[in-house]
Amino acid sequence: MKKTTSDIGMNRTGIATSPIDSADITQAALARQPSHLGDESLILKVRQQYALESEGVGSVPPPVSLKGVAKTAVDMLKGSKPTVFIDKLGERAAFERTGVRLYQGALGKLEALGSWEGGPTREGLERILNDELSHFGLVTEALTKLGADPTAVTPSADVVAVASMGIPAVVSDPRMNLRDTLSALLVAELTDNACWEMLIELARGVGHDTLADRFQLALDAEAQHLSMVRGWLSSGVTLEARAAPMPQAEATRPAPLV
Amino acid sequence: MALDIFQEKGVPLDRQVFTWKDLVRRPYSKLDDDAFTRVCVIYMNGILSDALRTKHAMSRMNRELREQLAIIRRVEQFEQTLINWLNPPDQTPLETTLGFEQVAIEVTASVALREPDPYLAQTYRFGLLEDFDHLYRYGALYDRLEGKDPNNITQSYTDILVGRPTSVEHRYPVDDLRRPYDRRTAHPLTKIHAMSITAAENQTHDYYMTVGPFFSDPVARQLYAEIAAIEEQHTSMYESLLDPDETLLERCVLHEAMQVYNFYSCLAYEKNPRIKEIWQRFLDYELGQLHHVIQLFQKAEGRDAAEILPKTLPEPIGFKEHREFVRKTLNEEEDLTSIGTDYVRLAEVPRDHRSFVYRDQLNSDGSPSETVAAGYQWIPGTELAARAARMGSVYEGKKVH
Ligand SMILES: [Fe+2]
Ligand SMILES: [Fe+2]
Ligand SMILES: [Fe+2]
Ligand SMILES: [Fe+2]
Ligand SMILES: [Fe+2]
Repeated sequence: MKKTTSDIGMNRTGIATSPIDSADITQAALARQPSHLGDESLILKVRQQYALESEGVGSVPPPVSLKGVAKTAVDMLKGSKPTVFIDKLGERAAFERTGVRLYQGALGKLEALGSWEGGPTREGLERILNDELSHFGLVTEALTKLGADPTAVTPSADVVAVASMGIPAVVSDPRMNLRDTLSALLVAELTDNACWEMLIELARGVGHDTLADRFQLALDAEAQHLSMVRGWLSSGVTLEARAAPMPQAEATRPAPLV
Repeated sequence: MALDIFQEKGVPLDRQVFTWKDLVRRPYSKLDDDAFTRVCVIYMNGILSDALRTKHAMSRMNRELREQLAIIRRVEQFEQTLINWLNPPDQTPLETTLGFEQVAIEVTASVALREPDPYLAQTYRFGLLEDFDHLYRYGALYDRLEGKDPNNITQSYTDILVGRPTSVEHRYPVDDLRRPYDRRTAHPLTKIHAMSITAAENQTHDYYMTVGPFFSDPVARQLYAEIAAIEEQHTSMYESLLDPDETLLERCVLHEAMQVYNFYSCLAYEKNPRIKEIWQRFLDYELGQLHHVIQLFQKAEGRDAAEILPKTLPEPIGFKEHREFVRKTLNEEEDLTSIGTDYVRLAEVPRDHRSFVYRDQLNSDGSPSETVAAGYQWIPGTELAARAARMGSVYEGKKVH
C-alpha cells in the first residue's frame, strides 16, 4: 500500500539512467540518415485522405414513441435538427452514468488508504456519487419524454467515451492511490461542468426552457463537485510536498523496486 | 551454474497448481524496472504461447497423444497467464510493441552470436536487421502520434535507427523459406534456438494482429498491418528452419527442453526478486513437464532421450545490449535479400524478380513505414525536444510565447 505519489526511487526511463549508453545511441541516431525525406505532416496527409472517405462513427437512432415521431416532425418543419439535442443528451447520460462508477472507485480507495487533512471525506464522495446518479436519472427521463431511447449509445456519447477512456483506468488501478484518482476525477469534473453549460445553452436554443431550468440545478451541483475535487487534490499535493523527504536508504537502493 | 536436465527432475505435474490471485500478481513497473525485465516477460509469454500452439496443432492431428497433451497444455496456459499479466496496465499496446521489437533485436542477436550452424546464424542476422527497423518505425509512430520518447521504454540499451527498411522487406512467400537443420546431426542448441525464435516471432505477429485495430490513426493501422505482414514472413522463415521429419514426441521433448532453457536464461538474468521467483518456479515446472514427456517419448519410441537432448544446458541467453554486433551486421548485411533459401545482395537480383513485383504491388498505394518515419531521427526527449531547443531559451525571456 502506498499513499504517496512522488517518492524518489530507481526510475529508469530517462537518458540520465545510463549517460554512456545514451550518448552512444544519440550519436548513432544522428549519424544515420532517414530512409525517406519529409516530416510528420505526411501522417496528417493520410489521415486527411481517410477523413474525406469517412462516414463518421455512427448515428442517432430514430424516435421510439409516436409522440417522439410527431415532435421530431414538428421540429423539422420548424427548420431545426432535433437529433442534435438527443445526441447531446445521450452524451450526458452516458458520462453521468460512468461518473457513478468513478466515485464508487474513489470510495473504495478511501476505505483502503484513508484520506488526509483537507482531503476527501466519505460523505463528500458519496454526495457527488449520488449527484451523478441523479443526473443520470434526470437525463434519462428527459430522453424518454422526448421519445428517444435512453439506452442507445449516441455518436457524441461515443466521442466523449473515447476522449475519457483513461479516467476509469486510473480509478481502477490499485497502484494509483486516492490522490492519483482525484487527478482523473478533476478531468471528469472539468468536462462535466463545461458540457452541462453547453447543454443548457442548447436546450434554451431549441426551446426546451423547462428542461434548461432543471439542468441549471445540475450544473450548480457540478460546480460544487469541481471545487471539492480541486480542493482535495490540491491539499493532498501540498501536504506531500511539505512532508519530510523519504529516508536516504530508500532513495539510493540499488536493486529495482519490488 | 550448468544445469543437468537429466538430474534435475523439477516439480511433478500434479503439483503444478495455481489460484486466480496467484495468477494475477502485481505487475512490473514501467518506470522503475529494467527494460530487460519487460523483455523477459514479453519473450516468455511468446515461448509459452508457442507451447500451447504446438500442442494444439499436434492434438488436432494425433489421437494417442491427446490426453497427455491436454494435461501439460493446461498448466502451460496458466504459466502464460501469470507471465503475460505481469505487463502493467499503464503500458499501452504501442509501448508493449516497442518491447516486442526490443525482444526481437536483443534476443535474436544473442542467438545469432551463439548459433553453431553458420546458415542458421545468417538467418538470425537477416531477420534481426528487419526487426531492428521495426523499432525505429514504431518509435517514430510513438513520438509523432503521442509526443512520447520510445527510449523511455528501451532505456538506452538499443539503437533506434533505420535498419533494412521495412518497405523492402516484403518478399514473395517462397523467398522466405529456409533449409531446415538435420535432426540427426544438428547441435541441440541449434534446435533450441530455432524453436525459440519461431515462438517469439509468431507471438509478435499475433500481438500486432490483435492490437492493430485498437489504433485510431490510419497510418498506425496501416503500419501494424505492414509490420504484422513481416512478422508473418518471419514466422514462416524461422519455422522453416525446423526439421519436419522430427516425430511428434521428439518435437515435444525438444520443445519442453527449449522452455526449460529459456526460463533458465531469464532466471540467470533477473534482478527483481519478485520476478526472479517466478522464473525459478516455472523452471522447476518445466523440468517436471520435460521429464514427463521424456517418459512418453522413451516408452513410445524405444529411444533414449539422451540421443536428442544436451546433458547440461548451454550458456543462458544474453539479456543485454548488442549494439556493436547489430551495427556491424547492419553495415555488412543491410543490402541482403533472399531468393528461395539463398541469401543474395539486392543489387544482384534482377528488377523483374517475383519478390520485387510482389513488394512493388504492396507499396503502390504508399508505404506506411516510410510515411510514419519520413525525415525521422531519434533524439532524447522526442523530436519536439529538439524543435523546442531551437527556439532558444523561453525561460530567459529572449523569446516570448
Ligand atoms: Fe456529472
Ligand atoms: Fe460531477
Ligand atoms: Fe519486428
Ligand atoms: Fe520479426
Ligand atoms: Fe512446458
